[in-house]
Amino acid sequence: MSAPLLTIADVTVELPTPRGNLRAVDHVDLSLEAGRTLGIVGESGCGKTMLSRAVLQLLPKKAKLTGRVMFDGQDLVRLAPESLRRLRGRDLAVVFQDPMTSLNPVLTIGTQLMETIQEHLELDAPEARKRSIELLAAVGIPAPEQRLGQYPHQCSGGMRQRIAIAIALSCEPKLLIADEPTTALDVTIQAQILDLLAREQRRRHMAMIIITHDLGVVAGRADEVAVMYAGRVAERAPTSALFKRMHMPYTEALLAAIPKLDAAPHTPLPAISGRPPDPTRPLRGCSFAPRCRYATGRCREAKPALTSAEMPDHLYACFHPIQMAEGVGA
Amino acid sequence: MMQLAVRAEPLLNVDNLVVEYGLGNKTVHAVSGVSFQVARGETLGLVGESGCGKSTLGRAVLQLRRAKSGRVLFDGEDLTAMEGEALRRMRRRVQLIFQDPIASLNPRRRIGDIVAEPLIIAGVKDAAERKRRVHEVLSAVGLDPDLVAGRLPHEFSGGQCQRICIARSLVLNPEFIVCDEPVSALDVSIRAQILNLLEEMKARFGLTLLFIAHDLAVVKAVSDRVAVMYLGRLCEVGPSEQLFARPAHPYTELLLQAIPVPDPDVRPAESVAGGEPPSPIAPPSGCRFRTRCPRADQRCSAEIPELRQVAPGQFAACHHPLA
Repeated sequence: MSAPLLTIADVTVELPTPRGNLRAVDHVDLSLEAGRTLGIVGESGCGKTMLSRAVLQLLPKKAKLTGRVMFDGQDLVRLAPESLRRLRGRDLAVVFQDPMTSLNPVLTIGTQLMETIQEHLELDAPEARKRSIELLAAVGIPAPEQRLGQYPHQCSGGMRQRIAIAIALSCEPKLLIADEPTTALDVTIQAQILDLLAREQRRRHMAMIIITHDLGVVAGRADEVAVMYAGRVAERAPTSALFKRMHMPYTEALLAAIPKLDAAPHTPLPAISGRPPDPTRPLRGCSFAPRCRYATGRCREAKPALTSAEMPDHLYACFHPIQMAEGVGA
Repeated sequence: MMQLAVRAEPLLNVDNLVVEYGLGNKTVHAVSGVSFQVARGETLGLVGESGCGKSTLGRAVLQLRRAKSGRVLFDGEDLTAMEGEALRRMRRRVQLIFQDPIASLNPRRRIGDIVAEPLIIAGVKDAAERKRRVHEVLSAVGLDPDLVAGRLPHEFSGGQCQRICIARSLVLNPEFIVCDEPVSALDVSIRAQILNLLEEMKARFGLTLLFIAHDLAVVKAVSDRVAVMYLGRLCEVGPSEQLFARPAHPYTELLLQAIPVPDPDVRPAESVAGGEPPSPIAPPSGCRFRTRCPRADQRCSAEIPELRQVAPGQFAACHHPLA
């Protein structure tokens, strides 16, 4: 196994709020190799977006980050702003949820694409233009030459997200972070965009992090999945292993709560009662304990660490893991 | 709660409804000749992608947007012909729940007053009676009235705000509620709570629902029948289970194939039909789905397909329905 392209080591992000310090990311460790896809799944407020911002070093000014983010041999946390700027957009690219706000409304598509290309690659204007057209064609935009002269408002949501992806791919990044890339899109367009991302990733042998609230989005497309809850990684495993056997009760409950297409109408959903804890008032024990049907006194007293039992690459943070094979585990 | 056996007069009968908007000197054909019925006690799910006209249809049913032509018969009376006081009286029997629960609550008013407001508008003068009703519906949706009534919306999460909106919609004892994407803004774990609550409330208060959403699995979970809408027209209507198991319209099939399944053994289908919905300003002639349909031919551009029965209770508007 080669050295990982990205290693997130013991990263904690805290944000000061009027109600006290909010710990958005709480001692997270993750790694990702070149050419692989990591899915980060969680509900709103679980810290998945803050974690991606920590990787990109695009945290809010007041945020306090501890830990290390090793990318391609450099610690991004300690990198000078100038070096970071050169890295972002070239080796480290991002696609955000809302393609309307991530594109500049007063610049043409062509200007925005060529700006990125010329900033990072030594190409003159005609070459950058040629490359822009190739990129737009690669992401499935019909009549790319005409699109170059258009503004974002003249494109549909799906088209805008394709353009945002073209910009992200323009400098052949080593890592693409896609933060809820299809949440703002319709389901038929979502399928097209996910296919596009998978295709371009294979073609470019790029590493990718897909951040989503939808377990369905990562199931067929990520090599590994990390489930986050209240700022921590609750469970992490290769995708097939995770869906075969979930050890963390939260993962199981999250999957059970999704309405299934093959369920009969009017089947009551196994809802998770309550809601996530207040991130400014951290709990002493496991953050999921107040909502967990397996919780015991121990869960409320101490935080379970991320450990493995059956398989070394299947990690979970739970004192009472479920779906364990006979004779293994707690 | 299947009351499909009751074949009485439908509670809601929408007949050839047309809704259009002006946009500069152009016309948006939002709803173009839609007809359907909802039986008393039934939930009809209405699915479609953004811009297909499903929300406009929901609003036109409630007369929040007046139709250009067509009729909306509620309990035998034509709402499109009603105005003023008659319409206001009728509105007590029909309610609406919106997508964004936080935006649909006035941030400066206390929960108790928000939920009581429909009673005041309806002329319930007795304050004690109003308080009793507010307490009743707040408890019904799983909130503690004594803790909640004096607080402001910002003190609540999205899921709790949706509970408050549901309580407000129930306070006048309506018969029919249009739920417009009631769970799309909520997280998965909260979504399940609210869907279960809607089912509970429907049974407890004997409601009839028009449930609008873009998520087919969510719609299936609560609906007896489902109507699929594309670019202002209905493509297919049928009993939920049957429609999902054997879609007859190619668009229904496309929607079903596009849903990401939370199971890594199910390989995602490489997107079947490409393209995007055309603009409702200049919808395609004939069948509006034909520009994205793998089965489209000459006839599809020349002739508008009518809803025809393809299986018992299942209707599809397609010249070449799937077997």
